[in-house]
Amino acid sequence: MKLRAPAGLARFFDPSLVFVFRAGAKATVLVSMRGEKMQFKGKAWKFGDDVDTDAIIPARYLNTSDPKVLAQHCMEDADPQFASKVAAGDVIVAGKNFGCGSSREHAPIAIKAAGLSCVIAHSFARIFYRNAFNMGLPILECPEAIESMATGDEIEVDLDQGVIINHTRNERYQAQAVPPFMQRLLQAGGLMAYVQEQMRDELTKS
Amino acid sequence: MAMTMSEKILARHAGRSELHPDELIEVNVDFALGNDITAPLAIEAFRSAGAKKVFDTERIALIPDHFTPNKDIASAMQAKILREFSREHQLTHYYEVGRMGVEHALLPELGLVLPGDVVIGADSHTCTYGALGAFATGVGSTDLAAVMMRGKIWFKVPPTMKFVYRGKRRKWVGGKDLILYTIGQIGVDGARYRAMEFTGEVIESLPMSHRFAMSNMAIEAGAKVGLIAPDDITEAYVKERARRPYEFVHSDADAQYESVHEWDVSGFEPMVALPHLPENVRPVTELDEIPIHQAVIGSCTNGRLDDLREAAEVLKGNKVHPGVRCLIIPATQHIYREAMREGLFEIFLDAEAAVSTPTCGPCLGGHMGILAAGERAVATTNRNFVGRMGHPESEVYLSNAAVAAASAVAGVIVHPDRV
Repeated sequence: MKLRAPAGLARFFDPSLVFVFRAGAKATVLVSMRGEKMQFKGKAWKFGDDVDTDAIIPARYLNTSDPKVLAQHCMEDADPQFASKVAAGDVIVAGKNFGCGSSREHAPIAIKAAGLSCVIAHSFARIFYRNAFNMGLPILECPEAIESMATGDEIEVDLDQGVIINHTRNERYQAQAVPPFMQRLLQAGGLMAYVQEQMRDELTKS
Repeated sequence: MAMTMSEKILARHAGRSELHPDELIEVNVDFALGNDITAPLAIEAFRSAGAKKVFDTERIALIPDHFTPNKDIASAMQAKILREFSREHQLTHYYEVGRMGVEHALLPELGLVLPGDVVIGADSHTCTYGALGAFATGVGSTDLAAVMMRGKIWFKVPPTMKFVYRGKRRKWVGGKDLILYTIGQIGVDGARYRAMEFTGEVIESLPMSHRFAMSNMAIEAGAKVGLIAPDDITEAYVKERARRPYEFVHSDADAQYESVHEWDVSGFEPMVALPHLPENVRPVTELDEIPIHQAVIGSCTNGRLDDLREAAEVLKGNKVHPGVRCLIIPATQHIYREAMREGLFEIFLDAEAAVSTPTCGPCLGGHMGILAAGERAVATTNRNFVGRMGHPESEVYLSNAAVAAASAVAGVIVHPDRV
């Protein structure tokens, strides 16, 4: 796989450690190869409370699981132009209970494939929380950071430290860092890779 | 130590004698399921992980129910993935159109999910089986893939919230109304990450169909599971159907609950959830006459025989309002046949309602009853989010089957006694 990072993100990464996954035409999600640094920078897109999975990706598009198609309709019923406005690295910011409703994994897939680097919310619905990690979509809970944040703010996120910096407002917030158990899962590249590792380990032991 | 039924079931499946809320545990799964939206992704993950066989060919159900009978070429391709995978892995429980039903009505009916089980499903309404006293919860496709491979899953043990329903419910007030009221009280994230346990004399006398409707919507309060203690009513339902041994698990009298909510339901009226959240709940009697264009009676919440009987009781001798399309969707082939035998179809057809083969269809805005801009539906389904049944400028009001049927006749949302 070719190693590269977009200009805005390069300074956070040693390019030799970075994979760029191209899920959609413009979708760029960065994950550190060694999982040592997970940092993002982009614009904030703010939404309210109880953003449901039908808003994130309406069920009428679930006759496919193609990330490119799903990305085109990301957040469509909340903001019809969202997919065309968002840029790689941008961050969704929302209120309480983000991702409530259906168990569709198409929701984190659509967000990731639309190029968003992470979601920061007051809180997440249970199934979405799990699906996001399983799909390798970073998420952070930080009520304090969200309050003052507005669409268009320049946001920087350090996932390992749980630090959120709002450059536009010159504010810095401490969210709970991703716990070690989940970091291992993210570092493996999501649940499937994690399970594969476990199965390999079991095989080695036996 | 004293434990709730949720904690006990998890402990038994984790090989532990006790456990506490918030612990991370790995448990054995008794049964797993996926549908034509979620299973294709699970199968893709299963294959890409290099898995060669499933953990147990008897304990996985794949049910094409959402966009079936196939609504278009894309959905036909999805359903085909399930069909081929089931054949390749010789899964016992693949249910084709003509033999299928809406998954959460079908699996209990077939005795495939049982009291005391841990069940995971790649569908958020998997919590329906809590009504049997099973720890049943929805997960994403990747979690399903991992379970298909290893038969295990990790969970954080949820704290339990206890809900006590006292008094005597009036006619036309049932499980759907109790759960809508509950969500209205605690909000759509009021039980986020929690186990809900529904108890009290009202629940003890509630038929299984109403219990399923309650547990079904636990997810609409954000809950992981919605449990009801198994009893004689459960036993009567399960004993004829069970295909393997099962176990009744009850909470200890001194179990620790995170919170207890207690309500007297004697004065309750049928409830309606207004757009666009299931927590916007009002008694039907408090609503102005809200005109509707469609009524949907069906789904994993209220597509069971008791619901169809309720609808028939209201529709009998009446006609659906000229401005309304009334869609009635029995949730399984068995329910369809029973409804036909009882003469309910005769009543529905006389009332000029449409009767459909089982499908999730309109509930998720998939097919079979999509709303245009500006249209409004009353539905016995479980979600009324923006665009849930079609155009983003359409509206869904959630109710029980009798209210939906009465509203279909009146053309406006009304109490069943008004028809």
